[in-house]
Amino acid sequence: MPLTIITVKTMSDKILLAHGSGGKLTHDVIRSFLAALSNPVLNRLDDSAVIEPGGRLAFTTDSYVVQPIFFPGGDIGKLAVCGTINDLAMVGATPHYLSLAFIIEEGLPLSDLERVVASIKETTAAADVAVVTGDTKVVNRGTADKLFINTAGIGTVPSGANISGHNARPGDVLILNGPIGDHGIAVLSQREGISFATDLKSDCAPLNGLVAEMLAASHNIHCLRDPTRGGLATTLNEIAGQSGVSIRIYEEKIPVREEVSSACEMLGLDPLYVANEGKLVAAVAPGEADSIMERMKRHKYGQDAAIIGEVKEENPGRVVMKTRLGTTRIIDMLVGEPLPRIC
Amino acid sequence: MKLVSEFRQPELADGLVSSIQRHVSKEARFMEFCGGHTVSIMKFGIRQLLPSTLTLTSGPGCPVCVTDNADLDKAIALASLPDVLVASFGDMVRVPGSRSSLQEAKAAGADVRVVYSTLDALSLAKENPDKSVIFLGIGFETTAPTVAASIMQAEQEGLKNYYVLSLHKLCPPIIKALLDSGEVNLQGLICPGHVSTVIGSRPWEFIARDYGIPCVVSGFEPLDILQCIDMLTRQMANGEAKVEIAYRRGVSQEGNQTAMNIMQKVFEPAPARWRGFGEVAGSGLKLRPEFGRFDAELNFDFDPGPTATPKGCLCGEVLRGVKSPGDCSLFRRTCTPANPVGPCMVSAEGTCAAYYHYGEDDVR
Amino acid sequence: MCLAIPVRIISINGTEAEVEIGGVTRKASLMLTPEARVGNYVLLHAGYAINIVDQAEAEETLAIFAEMSELMESE
Repeated sequence: MPLTIITVKTMSDKILLAHGSGGKLTHDVIRSFLAALSNPVLNRLDDSAVIEPGGRLAFTTDSYVVQPIFFPGGDIGKLAVCGTINDLAMVGATPHYLSLAFIIEEGLPLSDLERVVASIKETTAAADVAVVTGDTKVVNRGTADKLFINTAGIGTVPSGANISGHNARPGDVLILNGPIGDHGIAVLSQREGISFATDLKSDCAPLNGLVAEMLAASHNIHCLRDPTRGGLATTLNEIAGQSGVSIRIYEEKIPVREEVSSACEMLGLDPLYVANEGKLVAAVAPGEADSIMERMKRHKYGQDAAIIGEVKEENPGRVVMKTRLGTTRIIDMLVGEPLPRIC
Repeated sequence: MKLVSEFRQPELADGLVSSIQRHVSKEARFMEFCGGHTVSIMKFGIRQLLPSTLTLTSGPGCPVCVTDNADLDKAIALASLPDVLVASFGDMVRVPGSRSSLQEAKAAGADVRVVYSTLDALSLAKENPDKSVIFLGIGFETTAPTVAASIMQAEQEGLKNYYVLSLHKLCPPIIKALLDSGEVNLQGLICPGHVSTVIGSRPWEFIARDYGIPCVVSGFEPLDILQCIDMLTRQMANGEAKVEIAYRRGVSQEGNQTAMNIMQKVFEPAPARWRGFGEVAGSGLKLRPEFGRFDAELNFDFDPGPTATPKGCLCGEVLRGVKSPGDCSLFRRTCTPANPVGPCMVSAEGTCAAYYHYGEDDVR
Repeated sequence: MCLAIPVRIISINGTEAEVEIGGVTRKASLMLTPEARVGNYVLLHAGYAINIVDQAEAEETLAIFAEMSELMESE
């Protein structure tokens, strides 16, 4: 959706350093953001947003530096909004307000910026959150990779909710809301030097709605985590470490799309370590797993939900997987970045 | 995935596992030469399906791991030259050399790019005419033909800024060196799969003939490896020593003659340094003089600096099959994938990395 | 030894092919396998086809495994 930009005499189709200097050009850019993201708090354009969320607050911050900034199924803007919303949702919070700060590399085409802002507008509207404050800086060419976005998010946590990586208990059942590896492979498919083609799209999505459904089904959700960088393997290791438990998962139960498996085979990657941006893993009391799953399957982002394993007591901190062959394998944390290998 | 999933079917493993049990009568040690086989064995937990009398030992078949620090230092020195772009397979980038690594050089401003194929490196050369694009040639006979093909393509297209630093190595000579050292006592060799796709199964015949060791060429899926081990145990049971192909869909006796010709047209055998073995005659590949203009060694002025090997690192012994990662005092303590001391811990197919990552020893 | 996976050739243009596995496509060079044809399965390694996969052998191998499993069950 095109933004309205006030034209000035020396109009440029690229972001210039002057756009970040605080002067008229900055105001022009900001005004165009406002037109897109308009809400009463933001429109006041005060130095700070004054809000009254009430209750227990969840507060998160994140920075987004994805390369390339546009990828199948999303872009850095959508990613920033979803990522922030999901961090709040993972502690059971209802997300309300976001801050948005751009660091723009001089020379970024204005049309790219417009696309990102439009995407932010679309994503915030669909997830019912508002961007209430922001900042824009422009830096010299070569000192930022096109566009970096930083966000902070505020949400309210319902009283009684106690969802944390520390709370997984032996006996808990682990639920995953859908197939893993989509985001990482979709982004990788666009990187130079690693070209392969696929219809695969990033799974980038805001999970607050799904989490709300899950919380409505049960008060015994002990832990929620979104397996982003480092993939499911890393997240499970984090939970096992934080909660002092071990985790056992079953290879045949973990949903993976054929394209993700194939791309991983081609590049020598393991789907367990590939990033996701619309997935969550939940550790829930065993008796409630079925009712939670039922609710999840009725939601757009939970249709392919699956029970993938359980939490155990022995060997705290360890994550193991029973392979399809019936043998057992340790699932370690990710080290370094998964570089495609040949050999 | 066609031709992959079928060879992972658990229902078809039972027959193979039971056959292996039936044919094993005494203690035996088989070596899987190839790093790819080491990873498959660990990833699929193959050892858990084998009788305890069978031991599997990893060999020096990881081209990243056997690259000597002196050679890696050359690549790092080249990367640090102005207007040079080093294109490398991902594996090499994190391996520590004497003082640095390609990844560290990149953080310090060198232009180092990870590529999946020499085709990508050729594209980089076309897109960056002001830079000299040097492809880091690592790999055995599976990869060397692809690099040779890229040089022939560069020649055909008149590319002036494409170079290769050839650190390619050959497998049969190193296996011979390994067997001649007398350090490992093997009752069977799991022969490399994709190297054999190129060179065929005949080059392994000397192993059976001169050393009396059963050889079977194996694929990489769990059923392939079980089949290979089954065939080795049968040879043992029959008192035979010959070369057989288990991986029949991927390997023939003669190999891929076109690939061999292309490789031999561009490269010639030369001595090469192997980590853990020192210099082994005729075990490396060097660009022939007529392709000299593509040879990075000849066209750049660079100084790799003095070579240093880290104290306490047992990569050499692990590669020779005489020590296991657990025998190294640094393993899991000071040497981890996050802080690797030697390449065996870094390379995706390094023995130490595989043991660390899949934690075979502890899991039952 | 190195990572190579079986892919299907879906089109050929000179020495370059478009190959596919499980819904993912890529370009591959046929410089090392000039005799490959559309519909063939080839082993893809570092962007090049290094061999044509013998599908008949693949099926025969799987049949052997199946036979061995059945034999075991009947014991």
